[in-house]
Amino acid sequence: MFYKVSRIIALTTFAVLIIIPTLVVVFGSFKGDLELMTKPLALPENWSFANYRELFNNGEIGRNFRNSSIVTSFSVLITLFISSLASFGIARVINVTGRVLFVLFSLGLAIPAATSIIGIYELFVRLNLTNTLHGLVVINVASTLPISIFILTAFFRQIPNELYESASMDGARPFRLYRSIALPLSRPSMAAVAIFLFVITWNDLLYPLLLLTQADLKTLPLALLDYRGEYAINFSMIFTAVMVASLPMVVMYLSMQKTFVSGLTAGAVKG
Amino acid sequence: MNKTETGARKGASPRPKTKLARANDRVLILMTLPAVLIYALFYLYPTINNLRYSLTNWDGFQEAKFVGVDNFNRMTEDGVFTKVLGNNIEFTFLVLIFQTALSLLFAIFLLQNSRISTFLRTLYFFPTIISSVSVAMVWQFLYEPNLGPLNVFLNSIGLDFLALNWLGSETVTLRAIAFTQVWFHTGQMMVVYIAGLQQIPAELYEAAEVDGASRWQQFKSVTWPMALPTTAVVMAYTTIQSFRAFDLVFAMTGGGPNNSSSIIVTMIYLTAFNEFRFGYAAAQSIFLIIFILALTALQRRILRTKY
Repeated sequence: MFYKVSRIIALTTFAVLIIIPTLVVVFGSFKGDLELMTKPLALPENWSFANYRELFNNGEIGRNFRNSSIVTSFSVLITLFISSLASFGIARVINVTGRVLFVLFSLGLAIPAATSIIGIYELFVRLNLTNTLHGLVVINVASTLPISIFILTAFFRQIPNELYESASMDGARPFRLYRSIALPLSRPSMAAVAIFLFVITWNDLLYPLLLLTQADLKTLPLALLDYRGEYAINFSMIFTAVMVASLPMVVMYLSMQKTFVSGLTAGAVKG
Repeated sequence: MNKTETGARKGASPRPKTKLARANDRVLILMTLPAVLIYALFYLYPTINNLRYSLTNWDGFQEAKFVGVDNFNRMTEDGVFTKVLGNNIEFTFLVLIFQTALSLLFAIFLLQNSRISTFLRTLYFFPTIISSVSVAMVWQFLYEPNLGPLNVFLNSIGLDFLALNWLGSETVTLRAIAFTQVWFHTGQMMVVYIAGLQQIPAELYEAAEVDGASRWQQFKSVTWPMALPTTAVVMAYTTIQSFRAFDLVFAMTGGGPNNSSSIIVTMIYLTAFNEFRFGYAAAQSIFLIIFILALTALQRRILRTKY
C-alpha cells in the first residue's frame, strides 16, 4: 500500500513538473505578456499568432532557423560519412594503427569541449573561419567525430568476420566491403548516431557563441540569447522563439521515438 | 601505449598477415585519414595549444609574452578560481546524488510495460531533446522572483519564506541550476537504468518472493547489486555531464551573481572572452583536463575494486 501510494505520488509529481512548464511555454506563445504573467497556466483567451508574426516580420528568426538547418544538416551528414569510413577502417585494420587511432579518438570523449575554445578561437581567426557557417560546420564535425567513431567502431567490430570473409573470397576490397556489407548492416546504429548528432548540433550554444558575432549568421540557440536581451523580460515573445527553436526536435521525437531514445542513450552510455 | 599495442596484436592474431591483408590494411588506414586529419587539426591541435598559451600573458590580440608558470601560481591565490572550483564540486555532487537516485527510482517504477508507463517514459525523456538555452529561458520564467509561477505558488499556499530570489541570490542560485539540470537529464538516465534493469533475470525476483522477501529486501539483495554496473555508467556519465553544463549555466545566469553559480567551463569562457586573459584561461583549461582525467581514473579504480 505504502509502495503504491508513494509510487503514484512520485510519478505524478515529476510528470506535473514536466507538463506544467511545457504548457506554460506552448500557451504563453499565443498570449500577450501581461496575460502570461497573470495567468501562466490558463488557456490563451484567444489564440493569437501575433507573437509569431512579430518574430518573423521584425526579428531574424527565419534566418536563424535557416542557419541552424544548414549548419546542422551539413555537420551531421559530413560527420556520419567521415566517421563511418574511419570506424570501418579502425575496426578492420589488423596492425597496431587501429588501436592507436581508437585511443586517440577516445581521448576526445572525456574532455569538455570548453577546454579547447581558446585554441579553436585562435586557429579559426587565423584561418578566417570565424563568422562563417562553414567554419561552424568544421568545428562541429571535428568535435563530434570522437563520439560517433566510438559508437560506430563498437558496432563494426560486432559484425561477424565470416560475413566479410565470404565476400573477400569473391575478391572484394575494403571499400566494397564497407559499402556493400558494413553500411547496410549498420543502418540502425547509423540512424541512432545521426539523431544524437542532430540533437546536440541543433541545440549547441558554445561553438556558435565562440565563432559567430554577425547577426545574420546566428543559429537559433545563440539568437535566443539576443531575443532575451531585445525583448527584455517579455517572456511571451521569448517563449515564441523557444517554440520555433524546439519544434523540429519535438516533431522528430514524436515521430521517431525509438531511434531518439536509443540514439541519445547510446551517446550517454558510450560518451 | 604499450599495453594497447600488445592488445591489438592479440586481438588480430586469428587473421594471417598475408600480402593481401597488408595491402588491405593500407586502404583501411587511408579510410581513417579524413577523420584523423580533421580531428587532429581542428580539435587536438587547439587543445594541445593550451600548453603553449598557458605559459604566456596573451590577451587575445597583442603579442603574447612568456611568463613561465605565473598563470598556474595565480590559481592558488585567485579567490574566484577556488570559489568556482568549490561551486563545481557542489554542483556535481548535488546533481550526481539526485539524478542517480531519481532515475533509478523512476526506472523501477516504470519498468513494466503498460500504457501509462510507456507514456511517462516518453514524457520524462522529453526535456533531453530541448536545447539548454530553451530550458534556461523556461526556468528563468518559473524562477522569476516577483511574478514567476514558483513564487506565486509558494506565496499562495502560505510558504512565503520559501519564495526566494532563485537566480539572483548568492546562496541558492547554484542549487536552483542544479535542480534544473536534474529535471533536464533524469529521464535520459532513467532510460539507461531501464535497459540495465531489464537484464536482471526474473527468476531472482521469483526466488526472493518465495523466500518472502519484502519489496525493500528485494531491492537491497537483488535490484541494487545487479544494477551496480548500470549505476557505474550512470554516475560516470552524470559526472562528466555536470562538468560540461556550459550552455545551461551560461544561459541561465552567466555564472552570476558574483560568480556564485559559475562552474569551471563558464569561468574559462569568461576569463578569456570577458576579461581577455587568454593565457590564464588556457591554464584553467589544463587544470580542468587534468582534474577530469584524474576523476575518471579514480572512478574506474573504485568500480574495479567493487567487482
